[in-house]
Amino acid sequence: MSHPANDDFRPTARWENLRLRAGLLRRLREFFDRHGFLEVETPILSADTVVDRHLDPFSTEIPRGPGEPLLRLWLQTSPEFAMKRLLAAGGRAIYQVARVFRLDEQGPLHNPEFTMVEWYRVGDGLDEGMQLTSDLCDALLRRGPAERLSYRAAFQEHVGIDPHTADSAVLISAIERCGIVPPASLSNQDRDGWLDLLLTERVRPHLGQKRPVILYDYPATQAALARVRPDEPPVAERFELFISGIELANGYHELLDPAELRRRNVQANAQRQADGKSPLPEQSRLLAAMQFGLPAAVGVSLGFDRLVMLAAGARSVSEVLAFPFDRA
Amino acid sequence: MASYNTSQFRKGLKVQLDGDPYLMIECNFVKPGKGQALYKCKLRNLVRNTVLDRTYKSGDSIEAADIEEIAAQYLYHQGDHFVFMDNQSYEQYELGQEQVDDGWRYLKEGTVCSMLLFDGKPIGVTPPNHVVLKVEYCEPGARGNTATNVSKPCKVETGAEFDCPAFVNMGDLIKIDTRTGQYIERVKE
Repeated sequence: MSHPANDDFRPTARWENLRLRAGLLRRLREFFDRHGFLEVETPILSADTVVDRHLDPFSTEIPRGPGEPLLRLWLQTSPEFAMKRLLAAGGRAIYQVARVFRLDEQGPLHNPEFTMVEWYRVGDGLDEGMQLTSDLCDALLRRGPAERLSYRAAFQEHVGIDPHTADSAVLISAIERCGIVPPASLSNQDRDGWLDLLLTERVRPHLGQKRPVILYDYPATQAALARVRPDEPPVAERFELFISGIELANGYHELLDPAELRRRNVQANAQRQADGKSPLPEQSRLLAAMQFGLPAAVGVSLGFDRLVMLAAGARSVSEVLAFPFDRA
Repeated sequence: MASYNTSQFRKGLKVQLDGDPYLMIECNFVKPGKGQALYKCKLRNLVRNTVLDRTYKSGDSIEAADIEEIAAQYLYHQGDHFVFMDNQSYEQYELGQEQVDDGWRYLKEGTVCSMLLFDGKPIGVTPPNHVVLKVEYCEPGARGNTATNVSKPCKVETGAEFDCPAFVNMGDLIKIDTRTGQYIERVKE
């Protein structure tokens, strides 16, 4: 047998990890089946896309006919829009194992194409949503039920500041105190940018080291598609589950108000343009579904590759992917 | 001047910061699911060899450094300067003591080294992994003692001193590993 000079036809995952992956997928489906969820499939390529300041979708253009403009379609960054349309049309408890795509996201914990498990259950509040997420991870990883920690308590514990009231100057000095050289381009006014930097550098590494941790009640400015609870200060009804410092799942008590979604889309596009990125389409069939009426629900997405990685004790998602992006 | 933006960042990139050339020796992508993407990089200064930690956010860019690696032959030294010649263009380059660093210990006339040029100017030179040098002075060798575990100092033709086994004599040729400064073996011409 000849030995090709280029070895990159080979998978980066060992068979042992591919078998583990298949086993986890089977158990995940059993879990949702047991809890009365219906598995659904929705288009990967869509006319609509999530408008988020920090998410960049892949897109493609399709010719429609002579003299007609090209039709631009987007590879989904999550199956969120389509699954909510199913909720508006009567879905009660649905889940999907979806391939999703995010431009430029590549590293030990990222691959531009990855597998996301996303589920919705009508009638759940934040508490039930966190419970189900904890149960699923415990069923698959056996690391015990998740401990709950508010975003505020986590920052108070690991940074010594209140993330909801501290101004940019306080956040910046907290960064400087721990010897981190911040990106020169990070604007003093970009409060969320400084919070993200602190979360990444100071908080996240501590989360879920002994047992899984669910961080909840995010700053209202980081609500994405979660509803905001009018506390003092208001917080986003959003949570994330961490294991061994790795962000594994993200959940929302879903925003139902189409006017508010429109407002957030406009704001996200303004920020994108300030960041030098092109705006994304603000109109979508999700808006139509929300106008028709979306039932109250919690929706959660989970990074399946990271879940397999944690189960395998791997250090990089490439160890659990047959062919990562640079071998795709 | 060309520059690299964050989506092109990778290990091995040669860039410049504040006029100094750097090699990107590590680049880690970190991103909260709903937040700012960050690139945590380690950069080695190619002149001073110091390492810098820098964090960039997506969309940032760093100026590319014009770095070239050439094969250069050592010719001679004059005062504090070491003179090399590009084997292809025959262009001559002078390097100071601090740029040659420990390398002088291995430099004899005709040695072909790898030289880094930044904007056409030499910033460092690396001798080949193994060099053969002539012993100019050492205590006489104990006849018949071929044990390699007893060592003694010897002075070679470059003026540097190395440890060598007791059986080595003046006039012998010895092979040295330039990465460790260790004696490897005695060689014939």
